[in-house]
Amino acid sequence: MKRFIGFIKKEFYHIFRDKRSLFILFGMPIAQILLFGFAITNEINNVDIAILDHSKDATTKEIINKIAASKYFSIKQMITREAGIASVFQKGQVKAVLNFEKDFSKNLIKDHKATVQIITDATDPNTANTITNYVNAILQQYQKELNKDITIAYQIVPETRMVYNPELKSVYMFVPGVMTIILMLVSAMMTSISITREKELGTMEILLVSPLKPFQVIIGKVLPYIFLSIINALVIVMLSIFIFNMPVQGSLFLLGLESVLFIISALALGILISTISSTQQTAMMISLMGLMLPVILLSGFIFPISSMPLPLQIISNIIPAKWFIIILKGIMLKGVGLQYIWKETLILLGMTVFFIALSVKKYKIRLE
Amino acid sequence: MGITISNISKSYKKVKALQHISFDVKPGELFGLIGPDGAGKTTLFRILTTLLIANEGLATVAGFDVVADYKSIRKNVGYMPGKFSLYQDLTVKENLTFFATIFGTTIEENYDLIKEIYVQIEPFKNRRAGKLSGGMKQKLALCCALIHKPEVLFLDEPTTGVDPVSRKEFWEMLKRLQQKGITILVSTPYMDEAALCDRIALIQDGKILEIDTPQAIVKHYSKPIYNVRAHNMYQLINSLKEYQYNHSVYPFGEYVHYTDKRTSFNPEELKMYLESENLTNIEIKITVATIEDTFMELAKS
Repeated sequence: MKRFIGFIKKEFYHIFRDKRSLFILFGMPIAQILLFGFAITNEINNVDIAILDHSKDATTKEIINKIAASKYFSIKQMITREAGIASVFQKGQVKAVLNFEKDFSKNLIKDHKATVQIITDATDPNTANTITNYVNAILQQYQKELNKDITIAYQIVPETRMVYNPELKSVYMFVPGVMTIILMLVSAMMTSISITREKELGTMEILLVSPLKPFQVIIGKVLPYIFLSIINALVIVMLSIFIFNMPVQGSLFLLGLESVLFIISALALGILISTISSTQQTAMMISLMGLMLPVILLSGFIFPISSMPLPLQIISNIIPAKWFIIILKGIMLKGVGLQYIWKETLILLGMTVFFIALSVKKYKIRLE
Repeated sequence: MGITISNISKSYKKVKALQHISFDVKPGELFGLIGPDGAGKTTLFRILTTLLIANEGLATVAGFDVVADYKSIRKNVGYMPGKFSLYQDLTVKENLTFFATIFGTTIEENYDLIKEIYVQIEPFKNRRAGKLSGGMKQKLALCCALIHKPEVLFLDEPTTGVDPVSRKEFWEMLKRLQQKGITILVSTPYMDEAALCDRIALIQDGKILEIDTPQAIVKHYSKPIYNVRAHNMYQLINSLKEYQYNHSVYPFGEYVHYTDKRTSFNPEELKMYLESENLTNIEIKITVATIEDTFMELAKS
């Protein structure tokens, strides 16, 4: 045990004395989250919208006023007929249309429920999504004011309809994606580099001619990175919560456990890479080309898997990141528990066990 | 115990690195493996330190088989690879502590063994190993290889790239370690260091040329050797090489070592020849063979 602790201590010396790896470890996550965050969550401002008001009563007027008063929207046009909706979209004059149902006010008083349709132009799915959220927020705010002193709540039901890309599949859910990339990078690349560095500098020769057992070397290499990766995951979640106000719907504990599982699978991949490469350079190239590219391109982070050609869809199944992104999206955005993501978790677990077994088997107790 | 090597062969793809090597190193012996770069010294070291598996043959170190009992060997030997293989980003003290820890010991426990070497590098104990001079690095590496009190010590070219003063100090240390009962196998391309070993094996192209004590090896050299000198070294070598009776011509410091093919050789005859080649200040003296001469002679055949 003392040997093991000595080994881990040495690993931490390496990490903290190498400025470059420190930068990758801690600068990268922050830079990436901020970059992706600001580049992709477009704050909307003065978006042109049109309104089709079938009831023209006090309530709809009040809601329209509230929307007009917000800095997010400017009402470009009032449409009078349903047919007008298509034409304003086609001309590209507006990004969204609010369609209030007939007798909005009456319905609200009578049934305690009224419906407004939000139609958005989803050719730019990200903006469409944001617009919907903002309109919803305004409606909810209004609803709250209405319900202040009433026992049976009034309910304004927004009916969202996205035209041109109704299922909104390419939503950039950047936080899960970035988190996946960073954990992959830190875990796989850094471990593979740190093991091949020992080979390259010849220190592996001395480590082999010592009573240290292979698993002690491997775990000793891996533990510091598990620790650092967990810190990284925390930093990312914190940044997304506090800077981008992204609500984490599900259990943080589950999120943590799943992250550790993914980290371990990435670390096992890193060890595997180190067994097949003899220099740091090779290890880095294999990590970047063999891991990062698939993670970015085939995991569904940027390009939706369903729109890929079939062969790529099949290949995407063997990429651990794909399953981890599904899990992350489930927990962070949808707030689901383990019962909804057990399948993905099981796949990830299977892959992890496979990679660990393979890398322990491939780890050389001699030089060749 | 010591080391036994019998009929070891090792090939890398097409290159035959070692061919049927056999010799024993007695317990407590300081044994030198002498040969040029690429002779197979490092390969033999790696086989003995369990890092490589030989294609054929058997070897034991401290009584353990290098293949079957590799774990026991790894606990009981100290190994200093040819390339400086310590952690450059760790300080002298941290390196030493690390190696002590992974062998399950402490610096204090075996301090008496490394004391004489360690006091020399102690003033720099908080310096990173990468920032040490060549000689200092080797001393630190030796400390790290010794810290667990090994039974057998493997030193692969420990003095390559080290200045002459440090080299001398290093060998004095090896002599002292030997007195403490440690079996030492050391390799070197420097022939002058060979004379400091108890016994040496001359190795070239993966084959052992000769194994004996340095004194006996020199005695094996049958031909008389002459130190030849003249005002123009370069021309002297060329002229000697053109001389029809020359057996061998090797530059050796400020002299050229010359041997003649004939059994009855008269130095005056050679002098006359050299004079006819327009060389002046000619000096021809008989001298004793060195290990280098022996090596060259053996390597030639």
